[in-house]
Amino acid sequence: MSTLSPPKERLWWKEPIDRSELIWVSIVFVWGLVMSFMMPYWHVTGNQNLSNETYKTTPESFMARTQANVDQYTIRHEGPRDYPVVKPPPGGDVYMVSRLWDFWPIIELQKGESYRFHLSSMDWQHGFSLQPANINIQVVPKYEHVVTFTPNAIGEYSVICNEYCGIGHHMMIGKIHVVE
Amino acid sequence: MAEQFRTCPDTGLKIHLPAQALMKANAVAAVVFLLIGGIYGLMVGLTRWPAVHLLPADWFYLTLTAHGLNVLIFWMIFFEIALLYFVSSVLLGCRLATPKIGWVAFGLMVVGALLNNYIVLTGTSSVMMTSYVPMEAHPLFYLSLILFAVGALIGCFIFFGTLVIAKAEKTYEGSVSLVTFGGITAAIIAVFTIVSGAIILIPTLLWSLGFIADIDSLAYRLIWWGFGHSSQQINVSAHIAVWYAIAAIVFGAKPMSEKVSRMAFLMYILFLQIASVHHLLADPGMSSEFKMFNTSYAMYLAVMASMVHGLTVPGSIEAAQRAKGFNSGLFEWLRRTPWGNPTFSGMFISLVGFGFLGGISGVVMGAEQINVLMHNTLYVPGHFHATVVIGSTLAFMALTYWLVPVLFRREIVMKGLASWQPYLFGFGMTGVALFLMGAGTLGVPRRHWDITFSMTGGIVHEFPAAANTLLALNGLSVLLAVIGGAAFCVIIVASLLFGRKLGDEEKLDPPIMASQPADADYVGIGKFGSTVPGTLVLALVFFVSFALYYFINWKYLAETWGIS
Repeated sequence: MSTLSPPKERLWWKEPIDRSELIWVSIVFVWGLVMSFMMPYWHVTGNQNLSNETYKTTPESFMARTQANVDQYTIRHEGPRDYPVVKPPPGGDVYMVSRLWDFWPIIELQKGESYRFHLSSMDWQHGFSLQPANINIQVVPKYEHVVTFTPNAIGEYSVICNEYCGIGHHMMIGKIHVVE
Repeated sequence: MAEQFRTCPDTGLKIHLPAQALMKANAVAAVVFLLIGGIYGLMVGLTRWPAVHLLPADWFYLTLTAHGLNVLIFWMIFFEIALLYFVSSVLLGCRLATPKIGWVAFGLMVVGALLNNYIVLTGTSSVMMTSYVPMEAHPLFYLSLILFAVGALIGCFIFFGTLVIAKAEKTYEGSVSLVTFGGITAAIIAVFTIVSGAIILIPTLLWSLGFIADIDSLAYRLIWWGFGHSSQQINVSAHIAVWYAIAAIVFGAKPMSEKVSRMAFLMYILFLQIASVHHLLADPGMSSEFKMFNTSYAMYLAVMASMVHGLTVPGSIEAAQRAKGFNSGLFEWLRRTPWGNPTFSGMFISLVGFGFLGGISGVVMGAEQINVLMHNTLYVPGHFHATVVIGSTLAFMALTYWLVPVLFRREIVMKGLASWQPYLFGFGMTGVALFLMGAGTLGVPRRHWDITFSMTGGIVHEFPAAANTLLALNGLSVLLAVIGGAAFCVIIVASLLFGRKLGDEEKLDPPIMASQPADADYVGIGKFGSTVPGTLVLALVFFVSFALYYFINWKYLAETWGIS
């Protein structure tokens, strides 16, 4: 009759339920319903719902389209690596390559405008971690993930890799500027 | 056959000697791999501490890989195999099915675990426990995990076989005990888990050998997490069975009601595994409907099960204490528990830490949209150090103090240190969980050697200064936890080697198996119309904390960039 020995009733579902348990099970069940409701509710009313728009791609195809985007919208070069700073028009497409071990190119956005980000990896899996906004998205090879971002504050943002990608993982960093 | 059994004078349990030998071997192997993994964990914590930054990058990634595999896989599964043999053979008073094959299983697991440690130490397989393709490890890395998993699977089938024998030979009456029922839950989930592991690791082995050209990285993630997360569900089911067992061992407790506790275990079998999808919430390629249904365990039914155990385990203790006469006020029953008995204190810290830290953070992080704030940050290891280390590891440690006299017939040595050990380990690990989660909320990435970006040629990101403080506090907590973990290993090993041998008929004093209150003693216990008012109040405190933290995180989410 203890937890270590067979129940008193031969068939355990005939044993009675304690009232405290009934109260708690009811509370917990309702709480589960509330939490189940919150996710679809946020899809309707919230502004942070990660897109699932995904295409199969190849590293070559994705790199070629990124290069075309860079060629079209580069406004200057900057930083120790002299990377292009790409400023696509509001509402436009932004391409960012994740590879061993950097994010390319640098992006400049306008606050309050929306941009369609195309994310894919050239090689292994990476993590797109936008700081300090703290938005974290998995980036995998051969899939192109299209996510719309709307920056809500100006400043210099970093993109840090937060999926382990080998010995240079901690060197993998990129930049996004948000201006007025 | 009769000479193959002995009766434990302390507990009255009938112990099958070949099963006892296997349980001993598996438990000792478990502690050895806990020790190895703990040393690796110490080095990880000291490297994360910015002022110490112990290891170079390559050794850090190697160490992190080895830490995860040794403690999360080898320590846990070895202990769980011993536990499965215990809850079947010993609790049902039955001979273990095919002990010889049990040794084959044990051998496979030992070879797999040693081979894995070797190949990781060569530096060719620093791929983390997850080994996400297309990053490639040495083929022996995958092979070693497959060998270990095959051994564990055989162990599960020996467990099921023992259940069949017990039923056929009528070694018990009616239904199996609640603790055995929990063990069955763990073993069923283990079979699902290991099959998922085989489905993904065998092709990955063939790919690493060049027989398969390509493994899809999203398919890998989906199936691997059916293995990686579900293995943590084995731990949860097993450590909750241990909680129930300790309630009976220390207090003579009976389940508040068999029906509720067993239904909660059944809900684990039905719904726990699908939640492995909460590792994929920040991934491309799956619909939101798919993510929401799975991450919520089909509308939080498995969360409900855990919250039910969270009430019924302390509730069964409260009821037993009240039946023993500690019936005044709300909390006399809790004040009068044996806080110096590591079997109880370890179990209670495990219960509180698993619920308040691990449970709440896990459900919040598993909400589809909130996950984007935490995915792959240090919040994730913070969460699972609360579930797997405070929850499972501490519960297993607590039970081990009791298993040493029962299985090995040795008295525990250094009892003073033992009474402090759960507090050192539990509070140290509480610090680890909290400070890692704190750093994660500030965006600090997991599995990252250098958050100062000193090697990027001048492209840096400055985390808030608090991140450094939190990682230093994490380092200090790691030291405390390692002292607690080392104390456990020393006490257990010293007890096995030098502990006083107990005679075949000798009973320990004080007794290590509490007497059960009579049914009549349970009549009229409790206050305010509830038999367990103290536990109900604690549960409501838990619920309020849970709800507040849940909605605070939706508010944080609303403050970041628009994402669609």
